[in-house]
Amino acid sequence: MKALTFKQGIHPEYNKDLTKDKPLKNAKRPEEVIIPLKQHIGAPLKALVKKGDQVDLGQKIADSDSFVCAPIHASVSGTVKEIRKVTDPGGNIVDAVVIEAAEEDKLNSGLEKHDSLDQLDSASIRKIIREAGIVGMGGAMFPTHVKVSIPDDKEVDYVILNGAECEPYLTVDHRVMVERPKSIVFGLKALMKAADAPKGIIGIEENKPEAIESMQDAVAEENNIEVQTLETKYPQGGEKMLIEAILGREVPAGGLPLDVGVVVNNTSTAAAVADAIRDGKPLYERSISITGRGINSPQNLIYRIGTNIGDLVEEAGGLKEDAAKVITGGPMMGAAQKHLNVPGVKGTSGILVLVREEVENYEPSPCINCAKCVDACPMFLMPTQLVNYAKNDMVDELEEWQVLSCIECGSCSFVCPAKIPLVHHLRLGKAQVMAKKREEN
Amino acid sequence: MNNELIVTSSPHVRARDSVQKIMWSVVIALLPAVFAAVYFFKARAISVILTAVAGAVLTEYIFQKIRKKQITLKDGSAVVTGLLLALTLPPAIPLWTAFFGSVVAIGLGKQVFGGIGQNPFNPALVGRAFLTAAYPVLMTTWTVDGVSSATPLSQMKMDGISTDSWNLFVGQIAGSLGETSALALLLGFAYLLYKGYVNWRIPLAMVGTVFLGSFAFGADPIFHLFAGGLMLGALFMATDMVSSPTTKLGRWIFGLGAGLLVVIIRLWGGYPEGVMYSILLMNTAVPLINRYTRPRSLGEVR
Ligand code: SF4
Ligand code: SF4
Repeated sequence: MKALTFKQGIHPEYNKDLTKDKPLKNAKRPEEVIIPLKQHIGAPLKALVKKGDQVDLGQKIADSDSFVCAPIHASVSGTVKEIRKVTDPGGNIVDAVVIEAAEEDKLNSGLEKHDSLDQLDSASIRKIIREAGIVGMGGAMFPTHVKVSIPDDKEVDYVILNGAECEPYLTVDHRVMVERPKSIVFGLKALMKAADAPKGIIGIEENKPEAIESMQDAVAEENNIEVQTLETKYPQGGEKMLIEAILGREVPAGGLPLDVGVVVNNTSTAAAVADAIRDGKPLYERSISITGRGINSPQNLIYRIGTNIGDLVEEAGGLKEDAAKVITGGPMMGAAQKHLNVPGVKGTSGILVLVREEVENYEPSPCINCAKCVDACPMFLMPTQLVNYAKNDMVDELEEWQVLSCIECGSCSFVCPAKIPLVHHLRLGKAQVMAKKREEN
Repeated sequence: MNNELIVTSSPHVRARDSVQKIMWSVVIALLPAVFAAVYFFKARAISVILTAVAGAVLTEYIFQKIRKKQITLKDGSAVVTGLLLALTLPPAIPLWTAFFGSVVAIGLGKQVFGGIGQNPFNPALVGRAFLTAAYPVLMTTWTVDGVSSATPLSQMKMDGISTDSWNLFVGQIAGSLGETSALALLLGFAYLLYKGYVNWRIPLAMVGTVFLGSFAFGADPIFHLFAGGLMLGALFMATDMVSSPTTKLGRWIFGLGAGLLVVIIRLWGGYPEGVMYSILLMNTAVPLINRYTRPRSLGEVR
């Protein structure tokens, strides 16, 4: 089968060998978890517990009446110690429930277990996904039940599972695909049923042959699900890039995959959906790669949401002497952390530690118009020009030149020989246009 | 861990390219042409080249010093300008003229606009344009070791004498230092292509247009391909990143426009050579070209 891909993009060093053969194993159960009450894109939640309450593993501790949100669950059985403000990995200050773990966990989520999808209709599947608090686990944390709620005037023919894992270093989706292929397929079938989509495709980059084989075996009996190999290229896992590569469809600017009849989910998200339906298990733990040259013994762990990332780092042998940068997520889109006192959340797929010599001090110099950024941009934008506009507050030009289509993938900054922090300026440019739009409304 | 953690915005990894690497690679790419010049014009070539490079570097330094800017000589861009200018000069040119040309190239062509990245024109061509205007005789005296000769293009233009194309290709001809050997220039260009530091659309469009254009109007296309400064101009000057378009379509248009201008000037203009003015003219159109060739972004409806 020919490997498909999108146009333009970049080829960073992947560095997946550090962890790709390390099986997933359970991280030590934390003595305390700090669970931020907003781990999704959408409306804020209200805490359902208060200081002193006893909670069970998987018990819902925060929710809201809004449609676009995902409830949060206790990731250990224990006692609510306090509710306080914390800084999440994205740098936002949010309320968090601190739970002191009891001796033992008792799963009590109130979710029923279903061995097959036969008794479930699409609405009840969506309900389970919502109640289990499932969000996009690639990092975006968009509520999954919203994604598969198809408006009446739209029709979806494909659910695509993103197994590209195009961020360098990370090997979480890879391990889940190798170790839990059947769960992924079960989850995919549930998502297809929820979205009323007849076909499913699992897209995997060529650099993960074991994952491709494992998933191919798992779908051998399925006649409406296929595995599609993709060229190894960043950002292959971007929603719009996946759809372009696999189906040749273009998501309209400002639109959603739905507009071209597609729903895209992450492979790990699909596995979480399977866990929710079959085991009544809400999203209270996830897999993570702890990796990079600044980590003593890189590994893939399964950790409880709200575990301090410092503890996870310790479990991977701790930081090396020359560790200089700690990133949650991957190197292209992840966020650098000031310290390790940060709770891991539903979208935290990696902790990457770079050493001093890898963290050059990039002194930006003037743009030499080399157009490398233009040739790299998977959205076909002109980053150099947009940054010029952004620096000069030229909001109309920013809008006309489509700055809002920027997916902040970082490809332009990556290739820029003048080391200009293009993405940073583009974010500011996007904010300018958004502000103008708000004013107009 | 003894140090504070570093916090910057994403991405956290970068490609290894740098402006410095690009510029020095261009210098390396020009070396075959430099060697060819030294081979054909001996010590004379060495002194002209060294003088021009020294002029460029010195001017850059003085400007940056006076304006209290960071000294960026090690980025190699002044060396590139000096080298390129030298390669467009006749071997017999007085050294002070070469020096002066470099001063103008960097001063007027680059620094007055604010230095690297800001110049609308290729600085080396600005220097050459200045010399051509100020010292037309010196710029067209092709005398080496007391033997004067005419360039193939002026022989063609004035007397209708054609030159053997093989000699044109390897460089057995009179001409400026760097325009004699197309082979040496192509070698250097191939190196840049391999490094990914040059775009091929502009030279292909430009050379192609000259080839087809001269053929269409009954001139010898092979001759026009390898004669004069076309190769040097198309491969190393029209491709100057700063002063050429950033869109793919824009590069085709830029090369096509420059090529057409070359044909027009060579076949109907007053000058035997037209590469310099063609590129400079197209340089002025770059902002416009970029504007009208912006690619349709993914999903954009227009
Ligand atoms: S402009 Fe935006 S979408 Fe394009 S490469 Fe840069 S970050 Fe990615
Ligand atoms: S990659 Fe950097 S130097 Fe090149 S055009 Fe883009 S912004 Fe300018």
